[in-house]
Amino acid sequence: MSKHYVVIAEVRGGQLRQVSLEAIEAAQLAANEGDTVSSLLLGHNLSEQASQLSRYVPGQVHVLDHPDLEHYLAERYCSAILPVLESLEPYTIVLGHTAMGRDLAPMLAAHFRAGQISDVTAIHRNCSELLFTRPIYAGKAFEQKRFIEGPQIITVRPNNISLAAETGASAELIQHAYSAPADLKTIINDVITKTSGRVDLAEAQIVVSGGRGVKSAEGFKPLEQLAEVLGGAVGASRGACDAGYCDYALQIGQTGKVVTPQVYIACGISGAIQHLAGMSQSRIIIAINKDPEAPIFKIADYGIVGDLFEVVPLLTEQFRKALT
Amino acid sequence: MNIFVILKQTFDTEEKIVVHGGEISEDGVKFIINPYDEYAIEEAIRLKELHGGQVTVVSVGPPRAAEALRTALAMGADEAVLIADGRIPADEYSLSVVLAAYLSKVSADVVLGGNFSVDQGSGQVAVRLARLLALPHVSSITKLDIADGKAQVLRDAEGDAETIEAALPALFTAQQGLNEPRYPSLPGIMKAKKKPFQQLGLNELGLSEADIAPRTERVSLSLPPQRKAGRILHGELKDQAAELVSLLRTEAKVI
Repeated sequence: MSKHYVVIAEVRGGQLRQVSLEAIEAAQLAANEGDTVSSLLLGHNLSEQASQLSRYVPGQVHVLDHPDLEHYLAERYCSAILPVLESLEPYTIVLGHTAMGRDLAPMLAAHFRAGQISDVTAIHRNCSELLFTRPIYAGKAFEQKRFIEGPQIITVRPNNISLAAETGASAELIQHAYSAPADLKTIINDVITKTSGRVDLAEAQIVVSGGRGVKSAEGFKPLEQLAEVLGGAVGASRGACDAGYCDYALQIGQTGKVVTPQVYIACGISGAIQHLAGMSQSRIIIAINKDPEAPIFKIADYGIVGDLFEVVPLLTEQFRKALT
Repeated sequence: MNIFVILKQTFDTEEKIVVHGGEISEDGVKFIINPYDEYAIEEAIRLKELHGGQVTVVSVGPPRAAEALRTALAMGADEAVLIADGRIPADEYSLSVVLAAYLSKVSADVVLGGNFSVDQGSGQVAVRLARLLALPHVSSITKLDIADGKAQVLRDAEGDAETIEAALPALFTAQQGLNEPRYPSLPGIMKAKKKPFQQLGLNELGLSEADIAPRTERVSLSLPPQRKAGRILHGELKDQAAELVSLLRTEAKVI
């Protein structure tokens, strides 16, 4: 019997998120021949993003476009999505493991009494069975999970599954009416976008991260300059966050975020186990530390022993030269 | 105010993971309250201190989880409930149904939990629970103020701060930055020994194994490939910086 896969795509800061294209790829990896992969996009003023999405989706693109949906609000999004999903009768729903996906997926899972496998980094087929790999203990170990029975919900970790290729055609766009639910128990009053214009930490290809060695909030400036030249994002260790040098939103580690960029530049970070859990799956790790005995050097591909306040500006200068 | 906190006991975040016989070894491991749940406990105690009421901490887990509940009592929670039953599978659907069976029998004004656990890290159980109990919820909060039957919260959405108002009763999950959890005091530890501690199983909750049949299961476990120490550069810092950029381009091919 053919099954329906629905990818709930996401727009952030006006852009279709890269992880949504990875989620489409995940759905295609999981789908068998004859299955359908469609997508559902929610937000406001979505014409551009919906037509972009339609180039990657083999099935249909369902759109819920309404001013009320401009910002994610659990209750509102869930009540908007459920009628559409009930009409589509998906066997599998795929989302990005983002602020939205992490919140929305378990609501849908509870509603459909479904299993959910969160934060998937790879999908394999073993005979006819699908196995989903996901990190546990923030990446100190991995588990392979399977669904015992459907329906199924999957969230995929950004930066791990490759992007869906363009289909060469444009999927049919289907607009759905949104009716405001009566009796909402939650209201969103304000959104302060602290990260606007910056590269999202979880999706960044390059992360420049600072630890206690950065010494102050001011000390993050050179790291920000390096990240800017590289088109990357700035992160931090728990030590730097606890010391008040930067916002907890930037924390990388077992508490905080897990990142898997192409290049991770650790500046003034000693390399506590709890931090390593959050970044050791990065492709290339570069360590800059005054202390040649710092544990971070044991897992780094390249190390520079020296004062980060000397090394980081030199690197910024060299990268600027190399990249222009 | 009747406040419930759901918590999980986890490995200390400084523990290394050892796989033995296809399972994660617990030999010699130090256990803690999941750090995000600790913020939830602290917030519950603060709410009680401000508004009066009662804090009940609830955990589903093996008998060892009793220690985490006792720590929460020593911090200032009033009662603890341990749901320990070998028949409960480690699936988020099952766990949320078990917790919902308990919480649907009490009358909670506020339910608090962690944003996710640092072991399984799937971040599902609390949000599923809200839905099963038909409670509004806000996940990943960094501020919580309650007045006139309403909660004003700040939600961390990947660095963006959302101001959300929620009518009580409601469920919230704690994000780092919500508060600074207190350490249990010595008198707190003494008092905790006399506080009510209830132990429940599936029978007491009126659940059968069929009610909590898991939807997913673990097939295998693996450890990530060990990273090897790479190359420490030498020479003048300026030359090292130039060498690094060139290595990233020619050897690692990442820029």
